[in-house]
Amino acid sequence: MAFIEVMGYSGKRVALERNGEIVPRSTFDTAQLNDGDKLEIVVAVGGG
Amino acid sequence: MNDKLIIAGKSYSSRLLVGTGKYKDFTETRTALDASGAEIVTVAIRRVNLGQNANEPNLLDTVPPSQFTYLPNTAGCYTADDAVRTLRLARELLDGHSLVKLEVLGDPQSLYPNVIETIAAARTLVADGFQVMVYTSDDPIIATQLEDIGCVAIMPLASLIGSGMGILNPWNLQLIMDRVSVPVIVDAGVGTASDAAIAMELGCDGVLMNTAIAGAQNPVLMASAMKQAVEAGRSAFLAGRMPKKLYSASPSSPTAGIIASTRN
Repeated sequence: MAFIEVMGYSGKRVALERNGEIVPRSTFDTAQLNDGDKLEIVVAVGGG
Repeated sequence: MNDKLIIAGKSYSSRLLVGTGKYKDFTETRTALDASGAEIVTVAIRRVNLGQNANEPNLLDTVPPSQFTYLPNTAGCYTADDAVRTLRLARELLDGHSLVKLEVLGDPQSLYPNVIETIAAARTLVADGFQVMVYTSDDPIIATQLEDIGCVAIMPLASLIGSGMGILNPWNLQLIMDRVSVPVIVDAGVGTASDAAIAMELGCDGVLMNTAIAGAQNPVLMASAMKQAVEAGRSAFLAGRMPKKLYSASPSSPTAGIIASTRN
C-alpha cells in the first residue's frame, strides 16, 4: 500500500521513519509500506 | 550599534529565543512571539494524530518556518538514540534544515539533563552534519567538551525547566563564558524579566525561555517585558558597569562648600 494513501491527506507536513530509517518526503508519492513495518509519523508542535 | 547574535555563521538581531509550548492556542502563541521580537523559536517533534481532521490549524501555518528560524528540540528524549532519531526526522520534516536544539533528559521529575547521553548524541549529530545548539547543565567542563565536539552554541540551564527559579549559579555561568568561544545562551529556569536581564548583564549571548512567557498571567505583556529585559541587560553589559564596593567611599556630590552644621 502506498504511504500517501494511508495518510489520506498529502498536504500535511509530516516526516516518516520506517523500520528505523528516514523515508525522504520527496518519495512519499511512491513509497510503499509492507506488512509488519514499524512506522513513526511525526509533525512539528509547540514546545520549549 | 551592530551587536548581532551570530550562531553558526548566521546573524540575528534578537538575543531572545522563545519556545512555542504551553500557550492557550496558536493565536496567543503568535501574538506573544511577535511581542517578544524573537527570531528563533523552538518546536517539538511528536506523532501525528492520524484521526485528526486535515484542516485543523497547525503550528506551521501560524508560525511559518519561512518567517522564523525553527529550532526543533528533543524534548522527552532520555537516550542519545532517541534524540538522534528525533532530529533526523525533524531535519527531513523541515527540508534539510540542520540547526537544532539537543536536550537529553535524565529524569522526568527534575528534567535535569543527562550530560553523558547528551555528549554521545552531540558526537553523532555533529558527525551527521547537524548544527547543534546543546542544552546542558552549568558544568563548565561538560560545556567545553560539548564545544570541542563541535556544538555551535552552549545552552546551560539557569535552573530547572519550567521552574521559574531564575539564575541559581551565576559563577558557573561565568566559568562557562570564560572558557567557551561559541555563543552561550541561558536556557531553562528564567521566570521573570529581571532573570533575563541578569543573564545578559553577566555577559551571556542570549536567553531562551518558554514557560516564563507562556505561564505568565499575561503572556503577551510578559513577552514584551522580556524583549526589553534582554535589550537592557545587553546594553548594561556593553556599557561596562561600575564596580561593586562594600563601602562607598565616593559620594556623587562635591564635598567642598557644605554649609556649617548647627549641631553641637
